Amino acid sequence: MTDFTIEELFVINIGDIEWMIGSTHFSVLMISLFLIGFSIYVNRRFKRFQEVPTGLQNFVEMVIELFDKFAVTTMGQQGKKFASYFLTLFVFLIISNLSGLVLLRPPTADYAVPLGLAIISFFMFQYYGIKAKGVGGYLKGLTEPIVFLTPINVIGELANPVSLSFRLFGNIIGGTVLLSLYYSTPWFMNIGIPGFLHFYFDIFAGLLQAFVFTILSMVLLTGAME
Amino acid sequence: MESIDGRALILACSAIGAGLAMIAGIGAGIGQGYAAGKAAEAVGRQPGAKSDVQSTMIVGAAIAETTGIYGFVIALMLLFMNPLINTYMNLIG
Repeated sequence: MTDFTIEELFVINIGDIEWMIGSTHFSVLMISLFLIGFSIYVNRRFKRFQEVPTGLQNFVEMVIELFDKFAVTTMGQQGKKFASYFLTLFVFLIISNLSGLVLLRPPTADYAVPLGLAIISFFMFQYYGIKAKGVGGYLKGLTEPIVFLTPINVIGELANPVSLSFRLFGNIIGGTVLLSLYYSTPWFMNIGIPGFLHFYFDIFAGLLQAFVFTILSMVLLTGAME
Repeated sequence: MESIDGRALILACSAIGAGLAMIAGIGAGIGQGYAAGKAAEAVGRQPGAKSDVQSTMIVGAAIAETTGIYGFVIALMLLFMNPLINTYMNLIG
């Protein structure tokens, strides 16, 4: 059997419940520490930021400005308010999907992580939908076009997080499974060719799925608010 | 003919089911090809709008992929989680 399953690192006993700490927790911890460390470093560095940006400051400003512009073109003027959350999500997903290159197990290849992110997005849609339209307008939106179709609208609303999370999870675990199957071939087949596979599955599909997850969350949020 | 162990039969049928589940890939392939063809037409009509068409096409293709991914996830569950074995074991006690 190949080794793409979630490895059990150690087990913590709290009361009579066993908590399995697996490779997903390790990967998420590493990525979070990396992102938090980078943020703290940038923050410390820019206590004395210059009027004319150079080097790293230039890069960070460019990323944030680009993403703000992108959020405004996707969501309209309210996009600026949500840009910080979506940029965090986007960067986390990019680093997660690329972490297969440095021999971590990508956290997004564990269904818990995409489902958690999709549930956050789902509750965001509902909360901001209620906030924008009021409770009455929100409930009325579920009965469109006719009252008879309400169950189908509710199912469609619940299908959003499922499809979001499955899309990301399926792509990443597909790459993980296929690569671990390929690495079990004889040694002479493992020269050079995995590079192309890694390029497609980790870099291309990973970046694309991170982008798609983010932009679909934005589009659905815009749809929930109007 | 000697009797087949029930669990072995379930494993074999799960493998066949996983293969059948991957037929879902046909729909995703057709949808993505259609999206790409329409995008090519649009770029041919308006070469200036190439970047907009490209980003729209990529998002559309990713959405069209979803049904194929559903089938793939089902196939993986059948192959590596074997949910039916436990059901069978509960059935025979």
